[in-house]
Amino acid sequence: MTIETIEALYLEQSGVLSLGELVEHSGLSEQELRELIESGAFAPQDTRSTTWTFGSWCVVVARRAYRLREEFALDDMHSLAVVLRFEQRIEALEVEIKQLRAKT
Amino acid sequence: MKYKDYYAILGVERGAGDDEIKKAYRKLARKYHPDVSKEPNAEERFKEVSEAYETLKDAEKRAAYDQLGRHAAGEEFRPPPDWGQSFGGGQFSFDDIDLADLFAGFAGRQRGGDARDRPIPGADYEAGVRLTFEQAFHGTEIELDLSAIEYDEQGRPRRVPHRIRVRIPPGVTDGQKLRVPGKGGKGVRGGRDGDLYLDIEVMSHPLYRVDGLDVHVDLPLAPWEAVLGASVDMPTPAGRVTLKVPPGTRAGQKLRLSGRGLARPDGSKGDLYAIAQIVVPTVVDERQRALFKSLAEASSFNPRAQFDQEAAR
Repeated sequence: MTIETIEALYLEQSGVLSLGELVEHSGLSEQELRELIESGAFAPQDTRSTTWTFGSWCVVVARRAYRLREEFALDDMHSLAVVLRFEQRIEALEVEIKQLRAKT
Repeated sequence: MKYKDYYAILGVERGAGDDEIKKAYRKLARKYHPDVSKEPNAEERFKEVSEAYETLKDAEKRAAYDQLGRHAAGEEFRPPPDWGQSFGGGQFSFDDIDLADLFAGFAGRQRGGDARDRPIPGADYEAGVRLTFEQAFHGTEIELDLSAIEYDEQGRPRRVPHRIRVRIPPGVTDGQKLRVPGKGGKGVRGGRDGDLYLDIEVMSHPLYRVDGLDVHVDLPLAPWEAVLGASVDMPTPAGRVTLKVPPGTRAGQKLRLSGRGLARPDGSKGDLYAIAQIVVPTVVDERQRALFKSLAEASSFNPRAQFDQEAAR
């Protein structure tokens, strides 16, 4: 059996997404995504443009928001943005700890 | 298919209201969510409670679940003959799916019921991938066995196993996500296929430490190499090199080997930093001892000069 080989891409290589595509990929509604953006969880590439576009890494943030909302049954997007920011901070600290441990 | 008592899992009565169900779930999620829980079997318990909540929070899924009847938890059962018809789905094959799969299919079927011709995009999937440092540095190919729930035109679920080979580009780092386009769930009625996201974990290496695209390695030097300078042979992730250590190199000093860190296909590159470590011989013979003694007598070097400066303040 031949197995197809597929290239994995860096998110930076994956181009940009529209708000509609972000809705499709994240599972969040457009309204929920707008609230997350207003709360500063992530931002469109050009906020002045009438058509918002997003870097592919925003999919990761939005999917994480969706996961957190579902898994903890959260319904307030502002609180979700705060949780998201704490989670990102914890993740950054975990990486730092790992690097420091590797040095010792 | 084995029956699961979703009400008992959440600890609520069968007639519980939506708020009561949500409250019970939130309490259990806080207790068992793997990100916050220290309970044994937290992950397994969380999976159970989230599966139960996923079904009971949705009115239509809950009604469908209730119509499966009451059974003992773990009991083998089959849904009533007209069960699939009642919920807009037609005949199901119950052989290779479990209760969670059955209700996960409702999303697709419900959408299908509202707008039968509308394309439904496939779900995005996530998979963890563990790589050695060398695999991450050079790039590699891995094989993944995926088992995915796919839906037919009517939105009926079936579990489809498949194997794919994925080429991981060079330069990936721990915690990074990669995207494999089109390898998530299959789209229905012309909807695009979902993507597969890979969560990369890079194992630690006995020599190399990664910081962004830079790589750090300790470079042990003999005291005379550090003082006099030397050309030393050392490993780098891309192969051995001869490094010129300048005279007077101090412990902890970083020697940069430009462009020898992680390199990515877009041309971005990190550097390799050799961090000088002064290593002393623990066993010396008579002659060496005499030479060190002569050196000590001849030298006016004070390695603790900073102590004196501090004391003089």
